[in-house]
Amino acid sequence: MNVLWLQASGCGGCTMSLLCAESPTLFDLFEGAGIRFLWHPSLSEATGAEARALLEAVAAGDIPLDVLCVEGAIARGPKGTGRFQMLSGTGRSMLDWVGRLVPRARHVVAVGSCAAFGGVTSAGGNPSDAAGLQYEGAHPGGILPPEFRDPTGLPVINVAGCPTHPDWVTETLMLLAAGAMGPEDLDALARPRFYAEHLVHHGCPRNEFYEYKASATALCEMGCMMEHLGCVGTQAVGDCNIRPWNGQGSCTRAGYPCISCTAPEFEEPRHAFTETPKVAGIPVGLPSDMPKAWFMALASLSKAATPERLAKNATADRIEVLPRPGKPRG
Amino acid sequence: MTGTRLIVGPFNRVEGDLEVHLDIAEGRVRSARVNAPLYRGFERMLTGRPASDALTITPRICGICSISQSAAAARALADAGGHEPAPAGAAMAALIHAIENVSDHLVHFNLFFMPDFARPAYAGRSWHARAIARFTAEQGAAPRAAIAMRAELMHVLGLMAGKWPHTLAIQPGGVTRAPGPRDKVRIAASLAAFRRYLEAELFGAPLEDFVALGTREGLMGWDRGDAGLFLEIAADLDLDALGRGSGRYLSFGAYPLAEGHGFAPGIWKDGLLPLDLGGLCEDLSHAWMLGGAAHPSEGQTLPDEDMRAEAYSWCKAPRLDGLGYETGALARQVMAGHPLAVALAGGGVMTRVAGRLLDLARTQIFMEDLLRWLDPAAEFMRPAPKIREGEGVGLVEAARGALGHWLRVENGRIASYQIVAPTTWNFSPRDASGTPGPLEAALEGVPVAEGKTTPLAVQHVVRSFDPCMVCTVH
Repeated sequence: MNVLWLQASGCGGCTMSLLCAESPTLFDLFEGAGIRFLWHPSLSEATGAEARALLEAVAAGDIPLDVLCVEGAIARGPKGTGRFQMLSGTGRSMLDWVGRLVPRARHVVAVGSCAAFGGVTSAGGNPSDAAGLQYEGAHPGGILPPEFRDPTGLPVINVAGCPTHPDWVTETLMLLAAGAMGPEDLDALARPRFYAEHLVHHGCPRNEFYEYKASATALCEMGCMMEHLGCVGTQAVGDCNIRPWNGQGSCTRAGYPCISCTAPEFEEPRHAFTETPKVAGIPVGLPSDMPKAWFMALASLSKAATPERLAKNATADRIEVLPRPGKPRG
Repeated sequence: MTGTRLIVGPFNRVEGDLEVHLDIAEGRVRSARVNAPLYRGFERMLTGRPASDALTITPRICGICSISQSAAAARALADAGGHEPAPAGAAMAALIHAIENVSDHLVHFNLFFMPDFARPAYAGRSWHARAIARFTAEQGAAPRAAIAMRAELMHVLGLMAGKWPHTLAIQPGGVTRAPGPRDKVRIAASLAAFRRYLEAELFGAPLEDFVALGTREGLMGWDRGDAGLFLEIAADLDLDALGRGSGRYLSFGAYPLAEGHGFAPGIWKDGLLPLDLGGLCEDLSHAWMLGGAAHPSEGQTLPDEDMRAEAYSWCKAPRLDGLGYETGALARQVMAGHPLAVALAGGGVMTRVAGRLLDLARTQIFMEDLLRWLDPAAEFMRPAPKIREGEGVGLVEAARGALGHWLRVENGRIASYQIVAPTTWNFSPRDASGTPGPLEAALEGVPVAEGKTTPLAVQHVVRSFDPCMVCTVH
């Protein structure tokens, strides 16, 4: 299976994250799965005229294309011309190139939240009029229409995340190479279910603090960051706390909130990222699949029952009160 | 004699979008124009947002030096609020930042720069078979070992920064995770493994031996490891004469700590001068930007949607007292006073790459020292109060050199945010007086053989700067 990778309007971070793949490393993993890059802007030898010739041959249908991976949003500005991003050396915009290459591809993969939904590239009034491949924010229809399907019946596969976890990309590509990904393997926003059926909350080491609503009040404290620090791990999809990042990391493990970077429009939370908006002291954004009144009732109950250990540790930057297992019997 | 024109692009194995226009006469580049053909508009996205949002948004300017952007934003916010981070927090932030910088050097040398020497155009050179075995893109032993090592080194960032890129761990008050004794020994184990790799593969000898080099002759005599292979190639192809710079350098100083910088800031112009940015100005004459030239504390970013013909890049042209400056690992080590860097100042491709190897070796030693002195019982965060009003600047050293954030906060919201990235200096277009930017100047005179569409010598010069185009244009 061959892969052509384009870097559109983004930061290149999803490629940089991809290079962090382990067990095995990226090149070994690709080799083992029979995947090879036709061309990748950061990794391939071919540059300039050689790369132009290759892109033209793919666009003309002379070289079959299995997977087109696009990293970064697609700039439509200024004035609908796409000239905010020209694919260098070609005299054509990235908007134009993606339009020419998509019909040649057996599968189209949006790598990262920018390519999927517009992401941070479309933040703050969207100065470059950028959009995702098949979504503009949460709305179906990006530079491709909502009804677009590849020759196998799949929409653009949205490997969302800012950045994406390297495994989310490699496992998507391996599943495609194995012919093992169908429409039912994607969620409602076309994200692969293997990581989108989990919440960031799952496996978060702060879960016990969450259970008792023992909250951190400042970054670097150990408690749950939902009540005061903007954490939306209970609403964000991702297996970040089940499969670690860079060895053993995740945002919440490192002491800062989940900002739901796998979701459309995460770049515009309408409040500061690290603050929880509240009305009358009650957080506005509660877990979305739970009746609000129930949550409030349970939260006040659990808050009243918070063990001293959790109450103290929640606002400390290190565990101060140790767990006390029961005495051995006999 | 009539010249020919050449457009080189897509320019890969650099970070981001780059196009180079060459005017060629008599087998040499007569003049070069460097175009950054992508505009996203981060500075405009930031306006009107809560001040602290800069910590989430600015790292996403760039996926290769995102921690540099984090560090600059955190310093700018701290400065605007008159706040000092907890000293141990600043030290941990420096360590996190240094890990990213050495990883960038590793990627640049092994994946971006060296693969060009494995190309068939160099068949017949005495070193070519070794270059193929070590550095063929995607296949060579060196890039493969480098990405395995890089992924492992990044475990330090998983542990302390949660993930890489795009962490929120670096804050104006310090870092969001206080390491315990267990974290300290774990980081020490990762650094020890990295040293072992550097000494076995890249330098072929103890790092201290390389760092002890003080002269050009000493450097050119280094024949061990991949560094030795590079220097052999550099001598054979005379890469020192290729793409020479102005000899003017700039560094904002790397790793600001309570007791001073890890590597000192400064300006180099016929000798060392203190860093004074009073005369800094971003010239817009050849950028697709509207408005006048201004200091970044007063500058604007208004894209010219008509893309007027006399401009040719989205990159602005920063000038200090009217002059362009080269920035990067070499500049950083010149300012830090390392004798080898000072001896090499003013050189070309070989010098920039050697400067990067020196910076890599010295940064590894710096990280080991920093960790040794780090007290896990210390305070790592001194939470910064919210800023209502204020102006601040955050100056750091990314792998590629001087990175500055200039911020103004009004009513708790960002009123102005201007960024000058290292590659904005190095790859700047011409200014109002027609003076080319550092890369444009370095490309003048580079030999281009008849009929070559993508001249290798041009690629060596461009990649020797290790450009980061996404940062350049933000």
